[in-house]
Amino acid sequence: MSQKNRLQSGGRIDRSKPLTFTYNGKQFKGFAGDTLASALLANGVDLVGRSFKYSRPRGIVAAGAEEPNAIMQLGATEATQVPNVRATQQELFSGLVAGSTNGWPNVEMDLMGLVGKVGGKMMPPGFYYKTFMYPQSMWETYEKVIRQAAGLGRSPKEYDPDIYDKMNQHCDVMVVGAGPAGLMAALAAARGGARVIIADEQNEFGGSLLSSKETVDGKAGSAWVASVTKELEANENVLVLPRSTVNGYHDHNFLTIHQRMTEHLADRAPNGQVRARYHRVRAKWVVLATGAHERPLVFANNDVPGVMVANAVSTYINRYGVVPGNELVLMTTNDNAYHAALDWHDAGRKVQAIVDTRKNPTGPLVDAARERGITVMAGSAVIDVQGSKRVSGVSVASISEDGSKVTGSVKKLSADTVASSGGWSPVVHLSCHTGSRPVWDDSAIGFVPGKTVQQQLTAGAINGHYTTADALSEGLQAGQDALEKLGLAKAEVALPESAQVSESKAMALYHIPHTKPTSQAPKQFVDYQNDVTAAGIELACREGFESIEHVKRYTAMGFGTDQGKLGNINGMAIAASALNQTIPDTGTTIFRPNYTPITFGAIVGRDCKELFDPERYSAMHKWHLEQGAKFEDVGQWKRPWYFPKAGESMQEALNRECLATRESVGILDASTLGKIDIQGKDAREFLGRVYSNAWAKLPVGKCRYGLMLKEDGMVFDDGVTSCLGENHFLMTTTTGGAAGVLTWLELYHQTEWPELEVYFTSVTDHWATMTISGPNSRKLLEELTDADVSKDNFGFMDWKPMTVAGVPARVFRISFTGELSFEINVQANYGLHVWEKLFEHGAKYNLTPYGTETMHILRAEKGFIIAGQDTDGSVHPYDLGMGWAVSMNKPFSFIGKRGMKREDCVRADRKQLVGLKTVDPNIVLPEGAQGVFDPTAPIPMPMVGHVTSSYWSANLGRSIAMGFVKGGLEKMGEKVYYPLVDGRVVEAEICSPIFLDPKGERQNV
Amino acid sequence: MFLIYCPHCGEHREEEEFHNHGQAHIARPLDPDSCTDEEWGNYMFFRKNPKGLHHELWVHAAGCRKFFNVTRNTATYEIKEVYKIGEQPKVVE
Repeated sequence: MSQKNRLQSGGRIDRSKPLTFTYNGKQFKGFAGDTLASALLANGVDLVGRSFKYSRPRGIVAAGAEEPNAIMQLGATEATQVPNVRATQQELFSGLVAGSTNGWPNVEMDLMGLVGKVGGKMMPPGFYYKTFMYPQSMWETYEKVIRQAAGLGRSPKEYDPDIYDKMNQHCDVMVVGAGPAGLMAALAAARGGARVIIADEQNEFGGSLLSSKETVDGKAGSAWVASVTKELEANENVLVLPRSTVNGYHDHNFLTIHQRMTEHLADRAPNGQVRARYHRVRAKWVVLATGAHERPLVFANNDVPGVMVANAVSTYINRYGVVPGNELVLMTTNDNAYHAALDWHDAGRKVQAIVDTRKNPTGPLVDAARERGITVMAGSAVIDVQGSKRVSGVSVASISEDGSKVTGSVKKLSADTVASSGGWSPVVHLSCHTGSRPVWDDSAIGFVPGKTVQQQLTAGAINGHYTTADALSEGLQAGQDALEKLGLAKAEVALPESAQVSESKAMALYHIPHTKPTSQAPKQFVDYQNDVTAAGIELACREGFESIEHVKRYTAMGFGTDQGKLGNINGMAIAASALNQTIPDTGTTIFRPNYTPITFGAIVGRDCKELFDPERYSAMHKWHLEQGAKFEDVGQWKRPWYFPKAGESMQEALNRECLATRESVGILDASTLGKIDIQGKDAREFLGRVYSNAWAKLPVGKCRYGLMLKEDGMVFDDGVTSCLGENHFLMTTTTGGAAGVLTWLELYHQTEWPELEVYFTSVTDHWATMTISGPNSRKLLEELTDADVSKDNFGFMDWKPMTVAGVPARVFRISFTGELSFEINVQANYGLHVWEKLFEHGAKYNLTPYGTETMHILRAEKGFIIAGQDTDGSVHPYDLGMGWAVSMNKPFSFIGKRGMKREDCVRADRKQLVGLKTVDPNIVLPEGAQGVFDPTAPIPMPMVGHVTSSYWSANLGRSIAMGFVKGGLEKMGEKVYYPLVDGRVVEAEICSPIFLDPKGERQNV
Repeated sequence: MFLIYCPHCGEHREEEEFHNHGQAHIARPLDPDSCTDEEWGNYMFFRKNPKGLHHELWVHAAGCRKFFNVTRNTATYEIKEVYKIGEQPKVVE
């Protein structure tokens, strides 16, 4: 198809650079400088989608970010699919592949349209709430069908092949928008010596000047834009960002910018280039120069393709050299929109009429139209549109002076394009993001930014001052104001001249009346993307929704990907009228980040795949990998889980590891345990306050186990702390709890007991820790050290400095397995060396590496708890049967002491940790299973506690478990039952959690 | 995202470096054992949730690890002042 709507000359496109693109499977041609929308219009493509609810044909309405209909799926391959791209913002490139998002099976022949035809009565607002609510279990099914039918775009099913970036930026002045106001603000701020960032969502700076024939300083607007842009680009204090949407304005002047780097070049970013960049900006001052969106009028069948906003018509003609039709009817409430008809006429196509809702329009623009012989129908409105896939004609009638009803007879005009303008809506989105509520301005007929606590200035159309002259002068003022606030001198900048065309007063009108009442008139659309009609809003008000926020949610107005940029103000005006209120009384909904949709890739940047979250490795990690260890995530650590040999199942590996440790010697990489170095003359006193047991008399060279409680008395961490010197201790914590414990210690030291002299340093990463455990562990250690590690010289819960494998080491005789154990700590860089030496000498003892799972089994055989697995923040030491670890006689009321004495904490029937032996020793209870005393009790059965730890013990040849049972410590030998999801009821006997060597003889050797 | 002045480092830093620890000036009773259950419950659990000025405890977690206090408007998110532990706020209602 030829570009039948393309003008021979004019516009900012390059006719020497034709580009081929594909839309819905067909090839078209456009030019460099086109957007996808302008190229489609040039080719006479009317239909770009189907509407969400009624599946009505829809065409391009606008020319910028506010476009509600032309929402495209882009991508030549599966991996490069991008949903929900506004065709009006996508620059054309050669090879671009686009498809309409809505429409099933396709936009031309849409079966869902049948629903739409009869849907007038079928789908009122709240339709989904009312229809698909019951039964609730079916909602997921309904939703899938609705989505399939509606088509909301789809995400790619393959990895994004492109790379994305993030950058942190700081500046004195952040200017949002590079139209006449933004450019002047940036120019003044830059000349005054401020560090400036100026961003604009379009490919070129200039804003409104790019799509009008206005002059600035006596030259074409675009020429003035080019000279200012050149100066800004040459200034090293200015960062100039085109194709960059300021998407969010957050607290304390923090802004996010989505810069599209290569999306105008190709389907994929050219080799090595970044597709999009996310700027995180902290600005001292922000100048919002975001302009305004033209507001369409609401009239019957105003969604037929060919109905556009007036300014978009001018933009397509002046900027892209495209006249999107042959016969235009313009409906307007103001002078400014006359430009659209003048531009249309001057492009050589027919203007059927300008339908002006005002009784007596006057002024230079009105005169200009009449001079061209264009019919101006005053006091009238387009009350209805004919046509289905393209406008074929309009119905015009005179209306009352307040615009509330049709007063005259209906006259039909032929037309294929209807442009409408109800005035302008300032783009207050960003100013809303920080919580500021916009306020109504009668003279602007729009909401303007309200009070803010941000360091924020505004300039131009966002303030409701829509002329270029106002934009230039307010921009200059904002730039100078920013300099003053920054303590910088005023800049030398002359205010450029612009031709001031006087305009007569605009009429505040939103909703065009019909001969029939709204509820019976053809659909009058307010929000195209969500198919919200004037009748729907009135119905919502009749049904009792009075708050505009509720009306919004009930009708779904403004809930599309366009956030209601075009329709919201009209919707509020219609609601206000239905509620007999003024617009300021009705108020407005506000907007949220992001201003326009942003690709996830840009938010993620490089923080994906292996860089998504940091991983921590011990010094012996390489060895574990070489031995084929399976890993488990513990916090950010990768810990060996178990070490399977070829052909072994997990359970077989665990059985082998458990037996080898108890029969000879096993080795665990325990480097990940948290280690906190504590020093200071009050260190001992401090330990006594944060642990539940006594620390006053722990001598140098000794280790002690401690429980750490919260103020409510509940256990939150545990570990062994060793006395290294009179004022020097080494505390160990659980692997996952290390950071939390350190913060906890600092919190109490800094806020409660600053008078104590004590210092905390995390040394977790400084040490490599390897635990050898089992009857042969002493023999193995003796081969690597000259120190005397005999029973008499190195007792249980002692620690000693010594040399191991030629390396200085701290060795702790502590045990988490119940076996004779030595925990060898060496400087992390020596870790692998010592580990390998242990294996060199350990081969003859069948030294067996084991991971976290075997560690869990071995400790459970001994009834040792794991904080976080056998505790959950609701159990105190006595619940755990660990009263021996509480010293109630300490002089200072340690953390948790008072909490444990609360009424609820001393109940006899609290859930208590006990051992559980299944009557059938082969059944391993699932962890988390809930116990009951009476399995025949009616449902819901009273539950008495859950299983916290459960394993197969190869050493005992049976299953073992620990769990909570109400009053369990007094119920030894009694039965508890576990009804499982598969219908089985497992019977278990309550027992001591110490399943093996209850007297501790194995470690006492 | 907040920009917070750390009174120990003497610099403005991004919120990412800090953690909030809730209401400030909650003193641990000097003699917990003489507290009634109600008094202890109030100390442990009961906190203000004002719309407006709030004195909060923050820690420069990814910085100097020091705790300090912030007076913040919970409606506008304005930070009115920061001050060290042991000091009293100057901005009060």
